[in-house]
Amino acid sequence: MRLPPVADRLAGNRFLLDEDEPHIVVDQALAAATGSADRIIAICPAQVYSKAADGTVQVEYAACLECGTCFAVADPGVLTWHYPRGGFGVQYREG
Amino acid sequence: MSEDQFDFDVTVVGAGVAGAVTAYLLAQKGLSVALIDRGETPGSKNLSGGVLYCRSMTTVFPDFFDQAPYERRISRNQLVFMTPESSVALDYADERLHRGGTAVTVLRAKLDAWLAERCEEAGVMVMPGTRVDGLRIDQGRVVGVRAGEDELNCRVVVAADGVNSFLCRDAGLRPKPASNQLALGVKAVVKLPDGQLESRFGLAPDHGAALALVGDCTQGVGGGGFLYTNRDSCSVGLVLRLDDLVRQGLRSVDLFDHLLAHPLLERYLADGQLVEYGCHLVAEGGRAMRGQIVHNGLVVVGDAAGLTINTGFTVRGMDLAVGSAIAAAEAVAAAIAADDVSAAGLAPYETALDQSYVGQDMRTFAKAPHFMEGDRLYHDYGPLLADILFQIYHLDTSPRHRLMKVARSALKASPLRLTQLARDGWEGVRAL
Repeated sequence: MRLPPVADRLAGNRFLLDEDEPHIVVDQALAAATGSADRIIAICPAQVYSKAADGTVQVEYAACLECGTCFAVADPGVLTWHYPRGGFGVQYREG
Repeated sequence: MSEDQFDFDVTVVGAGVAGAVTAYLLAQKGLSVALIDRGETPGSKNLSGGVLYCRSMTTVFPDFFDQAPYERRISRNQLVFMTPESSVALDYADERLHRGGTAVTVLRAKLDAWLAERCEEAGVMVMPGTRVDGLRIDQGRVVGVRAGEDELNCRVVVAADGVNSFLCRDAGLRPKPASNQLALGVKAVVKLPDGQLESRFGLAPDHGAALALVGDCTQGVGGGGFLYTNRDSCSVGLVLRLDDLVRQGLRSVDLFDHLLAHPLLERYLADGQLVEYGCHLVAEGGRAMRGQIVHNGLVVVGDAAGLTINTGFTVRGMDLAVGSAIAAAEAVAAAIAADDVSAAGLAPYETALDQSYVGQDMRTFAKAPHFMEGDRLYHDYGPLLADILFQIYHLDTSPRHRLMKVARSALKASPLRLTQLARDGWEGVRAL
């Protein structure tokens, strides 16, 4: 079977967005210097990361499924990554 | 700290299988227990492949099969080697598996919500929607947790906060896992058209199938795929070892789409509707990634202690989480009764865990992670098996050869050498 693009795949999930507190922050200089940028863009199943025209990494943290994979493969210091505040973020109904 | 300064005897962080079962058992022993989870409701952050080997769960909840929201009892297991156009399966169906209730498929948002209800019935204070930000440590002893502005004081904290366990990492109790010790799990829940599931999988009511997929489904990346039957949906997914995925520079989304496009998956999932798409990290390091699981005032259970076993045939985590919960609840209750919640007082947890089936199986399969890191398993065995079977079944009026010659010529055409086959076979039977 063929699934729709990732953004549409995620549309069926329940997300509670914490507009006051992004839970992911990228150190752009370090991301570029270490090659972590391409790594986290490729590995994220929710396609949270993408490259902007100026080469910086854009973060769509609202779509994050909170697995921690990007944080595991990025070089130390590239990502400030923690779970969203209590009650926010993805809420699985199936799991 | 005096008696009245404790908010609870025990605070359990994380309402997954390990945390909920620990909390339930401690409350049954008469202790006051808080079960904290960052999800809006307990279970809403949790995701697993979906097979629960449930014998340990049924010892905790004897009414599990009558009451728990499991999906199906698995009576059919397949191990499938895949190439782009073929699949070669070991297909094992056995009524005894169903009768005995060995394994069930589960969806965690439903199962874990049920576990949390059982906890509440037993007297646990369940606190969803709360992110624990860290441990409270006083003079080398864990004395509670911090959550935003709030602090909870307790005699013992149970870290059941999953594979990432920031609680343990931030307190310096566990190193960051290496990338070959972690795998990325990506999963979709796909609802099949009404009445189709049982006929497509050849299943009777309440019977379920679990397919483990190896080879082309990961395009050679270490790991595998799975396809499990729920009541009226399937859980289909990939598990990809992080070091290999990064080395090959492949996109996880492309690999997932590639899996779903395979003819085998097409047959099972045609006209299916996506219900949910999710992902989760999987601990794959075995005993080597456990770290310290007992500290002054703290024990670590489930995924947070790296308790998983992958033998290729069976992929286990939730049953080990239950085993660790049973061992931890026993030890924590005894330590509190003896008024010694130091690392020495809680040490019987680790001893009991090591002596239980959890510790024994972790030791038995200690070599499995290393064996599973061999590349040939994901690249070469699928094509070899398919080529041998193609020569057997594809009659084209050319003269036939006996099996030995067919196997030899397929092996000759493969990058595999006989010595490698022998070594993999030998190491495989010893590791798995």
